[in-house]
Amino acid sequence: MARRPILGLFDNANAAADAGDGLRRAGIPETDVDFLTDTPYPEGAFGEREEPHKLYVFPFIGALLGLTSGILLTSMTQVAYPLVTGGKPILSIPPMAVVCYEGTMLGAILFTVLGIIFESRLPKLKAGLYDTRITEGHIGVLVNTEETQHGEVEGVFGQAGAVDIKRE
Amino acid sequence: MQEGRVLSTREINRDLLRSILETPRWFWPVVSVLGLILLIATIAIGIMVNRGLGVTGLNRPVAWGFFITNFVFWIGISHAGVMLSAILRLAKAEWRRPATRAAEVLTLFSLMTAMLMPIIHTGRPWRILYWAFPYDFARGIWPNIRTPLVWDPSAILTYLTSSTLFVIIALIPDFAVLRDHTTGFAHRVYSVLALGWEGNARQWKLQIIAGVLLSALILPVFVSVHSIVSWDFGMAASVKSWHSTVFAPYFVVGAVHSGVSAVAFALILLRWCYGWQDYIRHEHIDALGRLLIVVATGWFYFLVMEILFGMYGREPDELMVRQTQFTYWPYNFWFIVFVITTYFIPVALWLSRAWRRNLWIMSIACISVNVGMWLERFLIIVPGLVNKQLFTFVWADYRPSIFEYIIVGATFALVTTLMLLFSRVFPLVPLYDVKEGDVLKTEVQIGRRTVPATFRED
Repeated sequence: MARRPILGLFDNANAAADAGDGLRRAGIPETDVDFLTDTPYPEGAFGEREEPHKLYVFPFIGALLGLTSGILLTSMTQVAYPLVTGGKPILSIPPMAVVCYEGTMLGAILFTVLGIIFESRLPKLKAGLYDTRITEGHIGVLVNTEETQHGEVEGVFGQAGAVDIKRE
Repeated sequence: MQEGRVLSTREINRDLLRSILETPRWFWPVVSVLGLILLIATIAIGIMVNRGLGVTGLNRPVAWGFFITNFVFWIGISHAGVMLSAILRLAKAEWRRPATRAAEVLTLFSLMTAMLMPIIHTGRPWRILYWAFPYDFARGIWPNIRTPLVWDPSAILTYLTSSTLFVIIALIPDFAVLRDHTTGFAHRVYSVLALGWEGNARQWKLQIIAGVLLSALILPVFVSVHSIVSWDFGMAASVKSWHSTVFAPYFVVGAVHSGVSAVAFALILLRWCYGWQDYIRHEHIDALGRLLIVVATGWFYFLVMEILFGMYGREPDELMVRQTQFTYWPYNFWFIVFVITTYFIPVALWLSRAWRRNLWIMSIACISVNVGMWLERFLIIVPGLVNKQLFTFVWADYRPSIFEYIIVGATFALVTTLMLLFSRVFPLVPLYDVKEGDVLKTEVQIGRRTVPATFRED
């Protein structure tokens, strides 16, 4: 049997949380359930699963690459045209530090943004089951499960007070 | 500190998307007038490029005038975005919510405008490419890393890139709202921009972490940018009044002072233009006023220190510059105007709660600060150059030409136009942030009083 999504729409957070509880009792794995909202609710408001991520690795990689680029840029341009100014060394650390610092920060920020997009699983090229009422304040409970279980899921949604149920 | 009523999602969408889904009657006439000003400025720049910098009032030794003053001024304004958005986000200040996006966008457009000024000032804009970037492979002459004039582009481009990404990341959930509320071509564009956002728990978690993480990463860049801009002056050993170690913190605090004032004024304008009374409330302007008292006083302390230590050494060149600032016409007049408008008028107004909540008075105070801060930069740059300094053998006064007045005046039109055009296609108040504030808002009973409270997650 194919796995297909089913979406329940709720007009308040308590009803959506009740639906989440009902789905757990019905034996639907947490990984198959998603809560779609138009605003960030406090983590665990719907009893949803923890979402592990590795976002914090990205800024460090970016910072390292940015620092390396900064060092290469400042040292190579000075070595390529070695003009001694005021008896100072060709590779003078204080001015190099400024450009290296900016390079480090730029690398860290660029990679953080890439990390956010990657870890958010964006861009999502193929639109899944969705309802525009979610951005009007409704809460969507999206269940991706075997078609044989759809009847049971609909029952849970109905009991929790869903205002609408959609299938693909 | 929470005023105003709790709004439904539908009401928030309707109110905050009004600027995008409906065109106010005043919009195109205002944009047309601003466009005309920009056209005149473009012609002025064209003539200046064609005939050379001789059409300006710049001379030897006053090689920096209105353009560089305006550059530092707009860099200063650009500091508001990070100040409000990043610091208040990290401090979890509830009242930041409606102000962050407008502040961040003001950062972007004032930075872009600031970047234009030194490019125009060169008189030969295309040469910037090989002065600032390692590009000139044919002749093998590379940018001089030892000069702050090369540090500047590296810092400003880093800040511009970071701020742009900061705004875009926070816009993704709002793009999804726009995607769901539009049809046809607009729907297709917003669908692409929303990147398939559906608002699941993972996406929201990353979005919240992104706000905090990017804030923490942008803050050091924000401090570095105006520090480096101050080093354009501070590292110039030959101009006595510029060669000061206090310039970096002095410039940063001054930038925050002018920037936050500009944001407060921009918020008042947006509230008035788009009828956002339920979102940009008196409590927000009041909070900005209180914050500005602290910032203004910090800035005033640095101003006094800068003058005091400058004069304490009793170096003849330094004393000559101070004498020019305090006693020579017209600099003495502008110096008095600068100190009064930057500190004494606005702070006196902000000390009263009733006046902080009066939008007309707050507008006057914020404009006053920015008039003063523009003069501050002018009074740092020009009096320092009109005097005879070490290694300079000519000295002259500075009379800005009509070209400089037009171009500098047009930069205000440019930032206003860009803000208005942005507000027509993207929400200037973050929808999800306002909605989150309403979700977390509650009331608690303490004894016989019911007081507003906010749920805060660590």
